[in-house]
Amino acid sequence: MSASTVPADNSFQFSQLWRDARYRSYTIQIIALVVVLSVVMMLISNAVENLEALGKDFNFGFLSEPAGYDIGQMLVEYSAASAHWKAALVGLLNTLLVALLACVSATVLGVFAGILRLSNNWVVSRLMAVYIEGVRNVPLLLQILAWYAVFIHVLPTPKQALKAPVIEGAVYATNRGFYVPGLTLSNGYLFVVGALLASVAGIFVFRKWARKRQEETGQILPLGLISLGLLIVPAALVYFAVGMPIALDYPIAGRFNLQGGLKVGTPLIALWFALSIYSGAFIAEIVRAGIMAISKGQSEAASALGLRPNRTMSLVVLPQALRIIIPPMISNYLNITKNSSLAIAVGYMDLTGTLGGITLNQTGREMECMLLLMATYLVISLSISGVMNAYNESVKLKGR
Amino acid sequence: MKKMILPVALGAAFAAASFSVASAGTLEDVKERGKLRCAVSTGLAGFSYTDENGKWQGFDVDYCRAVAAAVLGDADAVEFSPATGKTRFTMLASGEVDILSRNTTWTFSRDVDLKFTFLGVSYYDGQGFMVKKSLGVNSAKELDGATVCIQTGTTTELNLSDYFTAEGMSYEPLAIETNTEGRQNYLADACDVYTTDASGLAASRATFENAADHIILPEIISKEPLGPLVRHGDDQWADIGRWVLNAMKISEEKGITAANVDDMAANSKDPEVKRLLGVSGEMGASIGLDNDFALQAIKAVGNYGEVFERHLGTETKVNLARGLNASWTEGGLQYAPPFR
Amino acid sequence: MSDNSVAFVATSDKPQLPAPQGTTGAVGWVRQNLFSSSLNTVLTLLSIFVVFSVVPGIVDWAFVKSVWNANSLDECRQISDGACWAVVRERYNQFLFGFYPTELYWRPILAFVLLFVALVPALWDNMPGRGKALIFSMAYPFVAFYLIWGGFGGLEYVSSSQLGGLLLTMIIGVAGISFSLPIGIILALSRSSNLPIVKSLAVIFIEFIRGVPLITLLFVAHVLLNYFLPKGVNFDIVLRVVIMVTLFASAYMAEVIRGGLAALPKGQYEAADALGLGYWQSMRLIILPQALKISIPGIVNTFIGLFKDTTLVLIIGLMDPLGLVAPTLGDQRWNGIVVELYAFIAFMFFIFCFAMSRYSMYLERKLHTGHR
Repeated sequence: MSASTVPADNSFQFSQLWRDARYRSYTIQIIALVVVLSVVMMLISNAVENLEALGKDFNFGFLSEPAGYDIGQMLVEYSAASAHWKAALVGLLNTLLVALLACVSATVLGVFAGILRLSNNWVVSRLMAVYIEGVRNVPLLLQILAWYAVFIHVLPTPKQALKAPVIEGAVYATNRGFYVPGLTLSNGYLFVVGALLASVAGIFVFRKWARKRQEETGQILPLGLISLGLLIVPAALVYFAVGMPIALDYPIAGRFNLQGGLKVGTPLIALWFALSIYSGAFIAEIVRAGIMAISKGQSEAASALGLRPNRTMSLVVLPQALRIIIPPMISNYLNITKNSSLAIAVGYMDLTGTLGGITLNQTGREMECMLLLMATYLVISLSISGVMNAYNESVKLKGR
Repeated sequence: MKKMILPVALGAAFAAASFSVASAGTLEDVKERGKLRCAVSTGLAGFSYTDENGKWQGFDVDYCRAVAAAVLGDADAVEFSPATGKTRFTMLASGEVDILSRNTTWTFSRDVDLKFTFLGVSYYDGQGFMVKKSLGVNSAKELDGATVCIQTGTTTELNLSDYFTAEGMSYEPLAIETNTEGRQNYLADACDVYTTDASGLAASRATFENAADHIILPEIISKEPLGPLVRHGDDQWADIGRWVLNAMKISEEKGITAANVDDMAANSKDPEVKRLLGVSGEMGASIGLDNDFALQAIKAVGNYGEVFERHLGTETKVNLARGLNASWTEGGLQYAPPFR
Repeated sequence: MSDNSVAFVATSDKPQLPAPQGTTGAVGWVRQNLFSSSLNTVLTLLSIFVVFSVVPGIVDWAFVKSVWNANSLDECRQISDGACWAVVRERYNQFLFGFYPTELYWRPILAFVLLFVALVPALWDNMPGRGKALIFSMAYPFVAFYLIWGGFGGLEYVSSSQLGGLLLTMIIGVAGISFSLPIGIILALSRSSNLPIVKSLAVIFIEFIRGVPLITLLFVAHVLLNYFLPKGVNFDIVLRVVIMVTLFASAYMAEVIRGGLAALPKGQYEAADALGLGYWQSMRLIILPQALKISIPGIVNTFIGLFKDTTLVLIIGLMDPLGLVAPTLGDQRWNGIVVELYAFIAFMFFIFCFAMSRYSMYLERKLHTGHR
């Protein structure tokens, strides 16, 4: 409408940039862009100047120099002679490991706690309320430190653990970590892995078929048992056929520690525990809010159809609640990943501990290390939210 | 939109109040401010800790007080900033503090690459190992396969790795951030061995309930000369820090203590004591201080030996013998250049 | 056939029988709520077992056997093996005020009390004379800043290195929240605007901040910020931390407020346009008041998160309550006392966070009655 009253182009006035709705948005945007860019330029030029004044340069060459320090818990081969980038990789994998473990266990814990919080069993729902409120309102850092203290003081020392094993000769819980049998791989183990993967694919196909069959005939197969069989039997057959290429490596008593086997160190366990319990409380609240948002008619209708309470929950309420639950859940998973950086408080060597900690300290390359560290976290966060958002799209109500 | 104006204005006021533009001379800055800013450890028995009144105390802390007394005439005119192993160098480099007194090892790269000036050695140390007697270990060479608690952000972890590699042994590191955590982990048997500077080991051991159940192994695997440091490029300020430290050592040699320092200044015939305490000569004025700067420092905290005995010595729980840190007149390494 | 059989017709109501035994009263309640099914029974018994195996031990340790009067840990342990609260008794001042000069404690206390005075008009919307009171609320940050740091007008200057304990937590938390709210609003408006450049700048900022851990931002504040500032310019460390925490919180705040903006029915936007209001007018008069109201619980939750996250400053050497544990343990008299200190700090945080989360729940219920 205003366009019709606008004078011809040749009478363009400077004030139109601000007063005319056609130009104003461009003006604002250009101003915003210029301001932001000049601030960024200023920061960069300051940084360049200051680095020069300190006689420091900006390059990532230090990453290929030997790190010179050792790491307690690692997923890939690493020693003090390895390069700094390798140390960073160990840290990255450690971050991902603890984040993944904590996401899974926090979800399980949170879903149970959230459902139990709504239970009509007074004692149970109160107990869950105490857990949720107690944990949510205390700083995570404090909880990590506290759990670590509990683990190193309550669990037995390696010597005592040898006398009181969880499973004789195989599983030991010590205050330095949990020891479980590790795997020793020899020739041909790839066949077994292949068989396992094939079984997993087979289970998917089978489940799809079983569902179709249920829709057509109404018969329900014992899915769990058959899946388990599908998973184990072929792999076991291949395993023996190839000549048992995978052996267990049991932990045994050493001079100071237990040796051999797979060690899951106390820092990892304490961190995992604290993260799961802390985030579990948040997830419980999310789950509770999601379930409460489903109208009561849904569960009543399910009861009317004759579904038992647990089936009502798993077939009717939860699938609907899931749509409400998933978005806040995504940000919770992101929080877990970011909070795993508190690992340095208990000496778990995650990305912040290696790249942002010891490497930064020993090389004095603050700028490079911090940039790399932040970029890595950013990539992790964006990929998690990307994947989860895609999943969210797929379960979203389709319509309109 | 009023809400938005407010924080912006407040932010500006806050910024204006706390902006500080470092000028060329640290000494002038300190005098103008009326306070010395000093970075110390966040908590290490004997070296820096807080007492019940929230005052910082300790060996490293007293050095800062001595400098404040020398420069400003008031030992309490110090602002202490706790620094972690990670943050200490940045704090000093950025001018956030005037001096760093946090048992920092003097190394080539810190001196040259990080561009700091070490003012001398306030404590000669070396990295050692502490183990429980019950393990039956008598030498660090028997530690193959042990779990070792190490403090990160220090030279310790590199020394440790080098040592074990050289001896062809393996170990499992348990990284810890502070001495407190180290002590906690070691006592709970989360590690077999605790390694840090021998002074730190002794300090920790002293506070154990059964100190006799723990032994410090004979191997000292590194040299750790600890001392205060300042930024490169301000020689006057470095001189002040260096000579306050030296004055504390010379006072011990000459038997000057906090109690008798006034008496010595009035009555001593020793020309070096007279120069030191500002009775004769213009030594203090030539570094921009009062001539009696050393007198003020000694009066405030005492001589090197007194400070040592007060916080670390055999009378304290830390229970460290003077050892290498005895004055050279007693067979130690603490040897100050002459004051002339 | 019905004719020859006379049905009995009651002429008066039968007296109501009491409900079957076991469905009312305490027994009924217990039956219904605790033992309604076998699973429920198991859960109840399990819960009761957990409570009974944990609670007495804690009560015994924390209250019955606790020691309040002692000068060192050794003395405590000689008296009893319960909690040694003597350390808290000796140092609670430090945990509350850090190294703030003792004779000036009235200043932070006054600032704390005024905080609540300032909060009343902001939280109580039917307050009489709210408009005038709000002016005080807006002036509050100035007042608090002046009270805590002083430096002119008769109040002695107190430097940042003397701040610590809960005081530091409160400063970072309150400053972070009050600065992040306006920035969060601007970011949320930018992100939901239809100006592509402004929008993408907001998206980049928000996603970047939300994608990295707070700890790395604090490292940046501590280690890198002075590289990015002109040479010789130096900020106070507390200010640097406040800046970073503000940036961090404002990204989260922006998302909360954006949720509020999105939750408003489209009709509100269209009605504002129909009235002929410009962008800022419609935002100020119609959209933001409603959107902010919807977002209040989220804002309070962000604040609780921020408040807890302030403990991370210990990693860069600031002396928040958790950071004060190390120098306390450095004192030979208290070396080794860990659990008591952690418990005390946890208790302190719990009180604050729990109160705030109750308030946010109350708000949620109150706002629920409005339009959806």
